[in-house]
Amino acid sequence: MNTIAARIYDYLKAYPPFNLLNPEQLMAISTAVDVIYLEDQHYLFEIGQPVANHFYVVRDGAIGLFRKDNTLVDECDEGDIFGLRALLRKGDYKLNAKAIEESIVYSISSELLESYITTNTNASQFLMASFASNTKARNSEDDDFMETLSRSSEYTYLQTADYSKNPVTCTLETTVKEAANIMTEKHVGSIVIAKDNKPIGIITDKDLRTKIATGRFEIQDKVSTIMSSPVITYPETITVAEAQIAMLKHRITHLCITKDGTDHSDLTGILSEHDIIVLRENNASALIKEIKRSHSANELKGIRQRTELLLKRYLEQDIPIDFMSKLISAINDAITQRIIGFALDKMEQKPPTAFAWLAIGSQGRQEQLLMTDQDNALVFEDVSKEYYEATKSYFLTLSEYINSDLETVGFELCPAQMMSNNAKWCNSVSDWSQQFKRWITTPDQDNLMLCTIFFDYEHVYGDKSLVEQLSEHIFNHIESHDIFLNYLGRNALQNPPPLSFFRQFLVEADGEHKDQFDIKARAMMPLVDAARLLILSHNIKSINNTIERYEKLVELEPQNKDTYQFCMEAYKNLLRFRTEQGLTNNDSGRFIDLESLSKGNRLRLKRSFKAVKAVQDLIKTRFNLSQLM
Amino acid sequence: MNWFKRKSYPEYWSSYTAHFSKPQEQQLDGIRFVVFDTETTGLNTKTDRVLSIGCVAIEGLKVRISDQLETYLQQDQFNADTVKIHGLLKAGKLTKVEETEGLLQFLDYTKNAVLVAHHAAFDVAMINQMLHRNGLPKLKNHVLDTGQLFQKTKIDTSKSHFSLDELAERFNIPKHDRHTASGDAYITALLFLKLVSKLKSKNPKLTLRDLERSNNRVGLL
Repeated sequence: MNTIAARIYDYLKAYPPFNLLNPEQLMAISTAVDVIYLEDQHYLFEIGQPVANHFYVVRDGAIGLFRKDNTLVDECDEGDIFGLRALLRKGDYKLNAKAIEESIVYSISSELLESYITTNTNASQFLMASFASNTKARNSEDDDFMETLSRSSEYTYLQTADYSKNPVTCTLETTVKEAANIMTEKHVGSIVIAKDNKPIGIITDKDLRTKIATGRFEIQDKVSTIMSSPVITYPETITVAEAQIAMLKHRITHLCITKDGTDHSDLTGILSEHDIIVLRENNASALIKEIKRSHSANELKGIRQRTELLLKRYLEQDIPIDFMSKLISAINDAITQRIIGFALDKMEQKPPTAFAWLAIGSQGRQEQLLMTDQDNALVFEDVSKEYYEATKSYFLTLSEYINSDLETVGFELCPAQMMSNNAKWCNSVSDWSQQFKRWITTPDQDNLMLCTIFFDYEHVYGDKSLVEQLSEHIFNHIESHDIFLNYLGRNALQNPPPLSFFRQFLVEADGEHKDQFDIKARAMMPLVDAARLLILSHNIKSINNTIERYEKLVELEPQNKDTYQFCMEAYKNLLRFRTEQGLTNNDSGRFIDLESLSKGNRLRLKRSFKAVKAVQDLIKTRFNLSQLM
Repeated sequence: MNWFKRKSYPEYWSSYTAHFSKPQEQQLDGIRFVVFDTETTGLNTKTDRVLSIGCVAIEGLKVRISDQLETYLQQDQFNADTVKIHGLLKAGKLTKVEETEGLLQFLDYTKNAVLVAHHAAFDVAMINQMLHRNGLPKLKNHVLDTGQLFQKTKIDTSKSHFSLDELAERFNIPKHDRHTASGDAYITALLFLKLVSKLKSKNPKLTLRDLERSNNRVGLL
């Protein structure tokens, strides 16, 4: 009997490829495990050491795999396998394996596993795949290549290129001067020379510069003398990645699109390097143009729904989440601005004084990817006492129009009434300043909550100087009540990292979302709160976005670079999870069914909790919170 | 000179002692440690009995799960009060062996390994008592106590006795199978590795002799 081996069996059976083995095989493997303890920063193996006949599974903690120049290749977390080079049974380790926190690692005989998996197709396939992905990262030359390839494919992977469908053409007989006139008239940078609608050659702006302007050819010469021929052709289904590779390979900037992809079929379009460059934003900017031309909230509703499709496609294409959230925020801002325009038209009079519309909360941080509740506020210029009531009532009416139109578009009314049509959140600069002062000087639970919402405001419409005045007031108040930051700090630590002692996820104990994981409250808000607190402590108000706040913190506190970058990555992952969940389930994405996550995503989620812990530890020390807690 | 010759011991004792012919290895990664724990009918080393012994070996400073021993002993003596701690019933379903057989297994398994236990004095005394009942001398092994090793780290000198639970908590060791001999042996093994690692960071050339040195003597020299 071996109680300890049984415990190891229980652990391993949750992870592939061990879950694919039969119980006797797994018990035999568990019995043969060596348990290794590594202190933080201690090495398990180093580059150049001969490979052992063991590979490793992380039991607790995390092991980083590093290249010689100390760049991190991979971080192995609980249940992750590494050191599979042992399966090759020869050679030296090509990476350093170092504990990046205190870790316990199981060392497992590769021979034993090998003897079991040769008869088990699933298990061996899994191992082959892990091994392939591991070795790719191990050859440093190949590795760099792989990285650049994957970086460019982030945007382009499998997306069909958006080419111009009405190519500008001329014949072989056309003169260079005529061709240049056509190009100028049509505002294009290239012209295709075609015969029977089949592409023969192409002239670009560059040809005019290098061949005509230099005097090598005359403007009266035929286009055939200076054209590039034959042209490189592709079918209409060309993806952005293909196009990019083709342009690089042939060192050209334009591709001809034809019916069947050869130069013997009809020309249907032209794809330029410029098209590809603008492609990413192109879709979003087209939407923004439409928003600006729209006439009603209903029209805007349709555009906002198409934005959701755009978002879905971006997620599939693995476009960086911070880039995505900026685009979506730009669209949301454009919609709001348009709606404010509608509302002002509906008012019988012009605004009695200057005002500004503010997005607050997640919208203010430009992190609202999904359609959630609207959170907003209005600030107007100070007016003399006798006009105050009339002014305020004007802006409340205006806000009423705006809030209701935003609801039509799909931004639901805030159940907590955090909207400008609430008299509390529609105020003059002085009233706002007083309000903030009260929150800062009496930081009870409610006021701190309001601070966390209203401190993340972003100017959307109107007079920006009002917003700047407001920010100035806030900093003056904070400066004269510096204990406030300690309270805000305590508030930021309200949600500790959501792992229990045995590193299980803490899920909701009851209610509608029983056994689901609240990603917003338990993982995202702690990171948002920490970023806000730290950036305020540096007296910076202009940055609201959580990712940008951490970027700024890296710059301001290089000594804490690792922690902040960790937080940044974690937050990006969380934002992506939440958006994916929300789009899949058509809800706010806030509650995640852990079972639905792949192991990889579960680990990524768990890893983000370490970021929460890291930054909370930092806050605890910096704001000296142990005695306040 | 017959009267100098000791009374003859069973063969298993002779083969056990034969392992001690060489001088003790001092380099920690060259030593086989046997981390062990006993579950007993009570805390009196004279009158109480061992119900089970759990052992796991450490070699090359790695816990070797394959190198372990888990044995349950048939005892006539029974104490209902401690059942709730260790859960071992007098006529439980576990396969049990005679005390002599258990002893034989333990000696055969342990050989000249350095023994490690939490508050080792008690467990060693219990084993020695078993040996005594069987007409045998005391254990010859070197012994380390994780409680004393913790004192050596000077992490917390507020008291002289820390329970295995306290230390497991402090060192973040999951307390699976607490109060089974094997479970406690495994927890103690992880604790031992962590303590050695802590002590090594202060003294990279740490040897067995350093671990054995009495805490009280530090500073007297």
